[in-house]
Amino acid sequence: MKPGSPTLNGLDGAVTRADFFAPSLGKRLAYIAVFAYLVYAAATLGLSLDRIEKGVGYGVRFLAGFFPPNFTETDIIPGLLESLQIAFLASLFGTALAIPVAVLAARNLMPPWVSWLARLLIIFCRSFHPVIIAIIAVKAVGFGALAGIIALTFASVGFVGKLLSEAIEEISLKQIEAVRATGASFMNVIAFGVVPQVINRFIGFVAYETDSNLRNSTMVGVVGAGGIGGTLFSAFQRFDYNFVAGIILCIIGLVMIGEVLQIYVKRVFR
Amino acid sequence: MVGRSASLEMQQWIRFTPLQRLSRFAVFFVMAAAIAWALKTIEIIPEFLYDAPEQVVDMGQRMWPIDWAHFWPVVWPALVETMHMSAMATILGLIMGIPVGFLAARNATPFIWVNLIARFILVATRSISTLIWALFFVAMFGPGPLAGALAIAFHSIGFIGKMFSEGVEEANKGSIEALQAAGATRMQQIVMGYWPQVLPTFWSVALFRWDINVRESAVLGLVGAGGIGMALNAAIDLIQWQRVALILFTIFIVVILIETIVTQIRKRVI
Repeated sequence: MKPGSPTLNGLDGAVTRADFFAPSLGKRLAYIAVFAYLVYAAATLGLSLDRIEKGVGYGVRFLAGFFPPNFTETDIIPGLLESLQIAFLASLFGTALAIPVAVLAARNLMPPWVSWLARLLIIFCRSFHPVIIAIIAVKAVGFGALAGIIALTFASVGFVGKLLSEAIEEISLKQIEAVRATGASFMNVIAFGVVPQVINRFIGFVAYETDSNLRNSTMVGVVGAGGIGGTLFSAFQRFDYNFVAGIILCIIGLVMIGEVLQIYVKRVFR
Repeated sequence: MVGRSASLEMQQWIRFTPLQRLSRFAVFFVMAAAIAWALKTIEIIPEFLYDAPEQVVDMGQRMWPIDWAHFWPVVWPALVETMHMSAMATILGLIMGIPVGFLAARNATPFIWVNLIARFILVATRSISTLIWALFFVAMFGPGPLAGALAIAFHSIGFIGKMFSEGVEEANKGSIEALQAAGATRMQQIVMGYWPQVLPTFWSVALFRWDINVRESAVLGLVGAGGIGMALNAAIDLIQWQRVALILFTIFIVVILIETIVTQIRKRVI
């Protein structure tokens, strides 16, 4: 029951049903504060009726420009294949790096200072959007797929590292103790005590991560890091909206296939 | 263990059925094949890769010392704009995503074709990335935070709606049947029956999505959709690495702060 609201013991006739469900004063104040902030934030966006009217007009013209979608340009297939390559390789490297980081970050296996350092690395990888890392990577290694792979590898380390370290922290310690009691080395404890307990969830994370890398690999091209995004962005800038529509439909198709495959893989390894 | 004496007929235990083994093998095979294909065909210029460590060190040197004086005049207003943008985007996303979520849930909307259309909307909005949505809305409403807020809101429809439809499908049937027996309309069933049951989902989805949206809104400035990304883009284009470092550091701190706040609220309230 909510704190501050009358309890069941207080039902001596004085408490009506309306009182019973009414939010407490603190909650009401919180709601009002949130609402006031939202009104203020909406005001800063510079929304006006005139602007909406014009915008909707442009939007309709824009959508009309999409038809018919153009799939005939030769840039689509190579772009999509490069996006796929980026997604696969980033998932491979990201996962390979995430496993040791996650083991180091698990508080039940490691001394606190080690797990804190590993956690800091995970937080660092997670807090930047892949596109921001991609900008930096493009500056470091030049335009092309390599920058995209580096950017998405960072994102994968953050994501898989976080989820896997949480999964390792939730395992049962009894099995670890049993393996340790046989005199097993640290690597043996990992191999026979930890891995069997997390492997199925791990495969689920990897499937999810590959799916999300696939989505992001269609986006990093906007900043020059390879994949279909670059083709899309340049089509946009030369107002070739039929081609834009064709690319977007292809991306939606690719992402849908990825999602179906991800669900299938998860079902196989349940 | 009756058959044990006839040692030749010792029972062999196999963990998975042949079909399970086949599908597991298929998954591993496809994964290995995909990675082999990607490694073999990807176009990477090796010189760029050898050069990378040197370039990164060079970039690091240029970023130091961080240009703190830039914070109050430029970065702070941009940061405030980013926060407004992500808050508005979360609210708009919830307003648009929740109805679609109810339409996609098979128990709340027992019309299969409505479910299918709603599900398609969820997948399609999710698979078009925020940057691409931002390109549209910048073309519609001009550069600025309004385009950014709309872009994030439309992209988050998919996530919010999916989480919601799953929450609704898990709802307990008992209270719904009680309402039906009392003659409640479909709208009344949703408001009085489903809504109270999915309220925890609502809060956790809203907080989680807000956290993601703050990260997303940091990149939208790249295509002119307002916020701290615009400051980042300007600093990169002007090769002011010390300011880039300041902006990246600001994003890092803000993301950590928000994640901490969200975790604390989730622990206390939900």
